[in-house]
Amino acid sequence: MSQTERELAPLLKRDYKEGFVTEIDADTLPPGLDESVVRAISEKKHEPAWMLEWRLEAFRRWEAMTLPKWAHIHYPPIDFQAISYYSAPKQKKLLDSLDEVDPKLLETYEKLGIPIDEQKMLAGVKVAVDAVFDSVSVATTFKKTLRDAGVIFCPISEALQEFPDLVRQYLGSVVPSGDNYYAALNSAVFSDGSFVFVPKGVRCPMELSTYFRINEMNTGQFERTLIVAEDDSYVSYLEGCTAPMRDENQLHAAVVELVAMKGAEIKYSTVQNWYPGDEDGRGGIYNFVTKRGACRGQGAKISWTQVETGSAITWKYPSVILEGDDTVGEFYSVALTNNHQQADTGTKMVHVGKNSRSTIISKGISAGKGQNAYRGLVKVLKGADNARNYSQCDSLLMGDECGAHTFPYMEVKNPSATIEHEATTSRIGEDQLFYCRQRGLSEEDAVSMIVNGFCKEVFKELPMEFAVEAQKLLGISLEGAVG
Amino acid sequence: MLSIKNLKASVEDKAILNGIDLEVGAGEVHAIMGPNGSGKSTLAGVLAGREGYDITDGSVTYRGMDLLDMDPEIRAREGVFLAFQYPVEIPGVTNMYLLKAAVNAVRKHRGEAELDAMDFLKLIKEKAALVEMKQEFLYRSVNEGFSGGEKKRNEILQMALLEPTLSILDETDSGLDIDALRVVAEGVNKLRSPDRAIVVVTHYQRLLDYIVPDRVHVLAGGRIIQSGGKELAQELEQKGYGWIEDQAAA
Ligand SMILES: Nc1ncnc2c1ncn2[C@@H]1O[C@H](COP(=O)(O)OP(=O)(O)OP(=O)(O)O)[C@@H](O)[C@H]1O
Ligand SMILES: [Mg+2]
Repeated sequence: MSQTERELAPLLKRDYKEGFVTEIDADTLPPGLDESVVRAISEKKHEPAWMLEWRLEAFRRWEAMTLPKWAHIHYPPIDFQAISYYSAPKQKKLLDSLDEVDPKLLETYEKLGIPIDEQKMLAGVKVAVDAVFDSVSVATTFKKTLRDAGVIFCPISEALQEFPDLVRQYLGSVVPSGDNYYAALNSAVFSDGSFVFVPKGVRCPMELSTYFRINEMNTGQFERTLIVAEDDSYVSYLEGCTAPMRDENQLHAAVVELVAMKGAEIKYSTVQNWYPGDEDGRGGIYNFVTKRGACRGQGAKISWTQVETGSAITWKYPSVILEGDDTVGEFYSVALTNNHQQADTGTKMVHVGKNSRSTIISKGISAGKGQNAYRGLVKVLKGADNARNYSQCDSLLMGDECGAHTFPYMEVKNPSATIEHEATTSRIGEDQLFYCRQRGLSEEDAVSMIVNGFCKEVFKELPMEFAVEAQKLLGISLEGAVG
Repeated sequence: MLSIKNLKASVEDKAILNGIDLEVGAGEVHAIMGPNGSGKSTLAGVLAGREGYDITDGSVTYRGMDLLDMDPEIRAREGVFLAFQYPVEIPGVTNMYLLKAAVNAVRKHRGEAELDAMDFLKLIKEKAALVEMKQEFLYRSVNEGFSGGEKKRNEILQMALLEPTLSILDETDSGLDIDALRVVAEGVNKLRSPDRAIVVVTHYQRLLDYIVPDRVHVLAGGRIIQSGGKELAQELEQKGYGWIEDQAAA
């Protein structure tokens, strides 16, 4: 171990604070996956017949697929028959207000520091929270205010009953059910997630937020999120995730679809701190996520911002299909890997429309034995005149047992396109640390300051309330430096 | 204030400091001169607590405390300041932020209330004017893209802000234009007071025309081989180091 590394080691050994388990009666399907499980899920959710058909088709596709292999991720095979595909906290009836939610659930959220008490919330930050506890949305706050503005924000299971046509119109339109192995699996067995619909010309009056939490043992969590922004509307959405500490690995395979119509803007931010496994690499979440947005009309804009500090394995490429002319796609990412964590993340920007523009800023931080890979694809199709892309991938290494890998891919079929790529790799220097300490900062503060400086371009894209949280997640206490 | 006794230090088994003895009293300014590679920066680094040195012998007492036993940040908070020969760049961290964190770390250590953003802004503007530094530098990343001279001026800004009890300036005058040299000198002279001490490492007599030292020491081969008053610096300027080194060897 180098000097710096030995010094950093205790700082990096932050315990997973969210590691508690809530004792609650759950309605859980036995492990295993076949058609009857798909049917059972659909039935539990009282879904329309077309939805069951849609799921079954996805299931058949999934059965015919083989598990993908990725160069920079190593993990033991997942036994899909050992996983339970549905777990719902047992509740007697549908809930009308927070008062009726099991206090233990609320307590769990309180422990996590997630605001779910509408009263308290009203006094403070304007965030609507749709909390997904294992597989069922427990409560959706602020529903009414949003409804008044014409915004629909509810569990997707509810949307399937209340607005089936709307869901049917867009579900799978960005990520088809047979898109990839995990997307197919998700399409077959997803149990819940969020649905957002912002009508024409409406600026969503508050940030929307979903907190995902995986609680039950051996349950995979398969949420499905669908966000539709009609012409000239705007919505900002935050997804935050935690999971209790467990020895065995838990699978998470979500699908997120975004649709931005003409002149609409969707800002999707993720702060993810799922249990990363222990120091020896035992346990932790396997996170295989398909996130994709489509800029369908002229001037539409989608931006993904993500801060990923958790999970044992993260495989994730939020993408934007820039279909309309003058559309804008953005990807801002901070991925931290520590101990035995592996992250393979990146983005895809597909330029279809003329004058479409995309920006990619990726910051990878590797510590301990963490492996961080960035994979970015910029694709410019024939008709995308004057498409422009700027990509910047920076890696910060802490210690000398970790790694960073950058793989930029480009496919350019239009000669008028402009594509720029920059990449840097740096090491947290003993010099930098000493300089800060010589000015009176503790080593911990110095590390956090340097790391935050490194991530600044991404943090400033996060909604204010969550930028703070993101910094905390990096094991950091930083006062007011962002912005 | 500072008492160094028989200090020996090595890096990777290579002896660099070979028994330094030095007494710096409160209110004094000492200059350390000496050929390249003689160990001046190493001495400064050891005093400030830089890692990577093995202290093989000797002791350092600072205001009655065992300096070598303290973490670098504690030394800093107790008033030890090192102006770096090569100031370090920190991308993405504004100068302002680092400076505020530094000032408040020191204040907290002293049991004083931390400065809020407004108070700090007032203070930093005043100090920036003192070292004739444009305010835009406060909002730039620490030392990133600063010219050599600007980096040195930034060190002096930090010193002016932190008002250290013991300042060690490692070749802060190297690479400075005439105006900057004057600014550095004024910065140091403003700090001169009966309860502070200053150690300047320099290669040039020129700086010592502005900052008149009480004592001048020559460091060579990891030892102080000659000490004298300010006239020693002038003699060195004329004759170089050869004659003392010969004397010391004899
Ligand atoms: N980390 C290190 N590893 C190996 N050698 C080192 C290390 N640090 C310093 N040295 C050596 O120690 C000796 C003293 O270096 P130091 O930087 O203290 O000299 P200096 O007197 O400040 O020189 P200058 O006037 O050029 O700044 C040099 O020979 C240098 O190469
Ligand atoms: Mg030197």
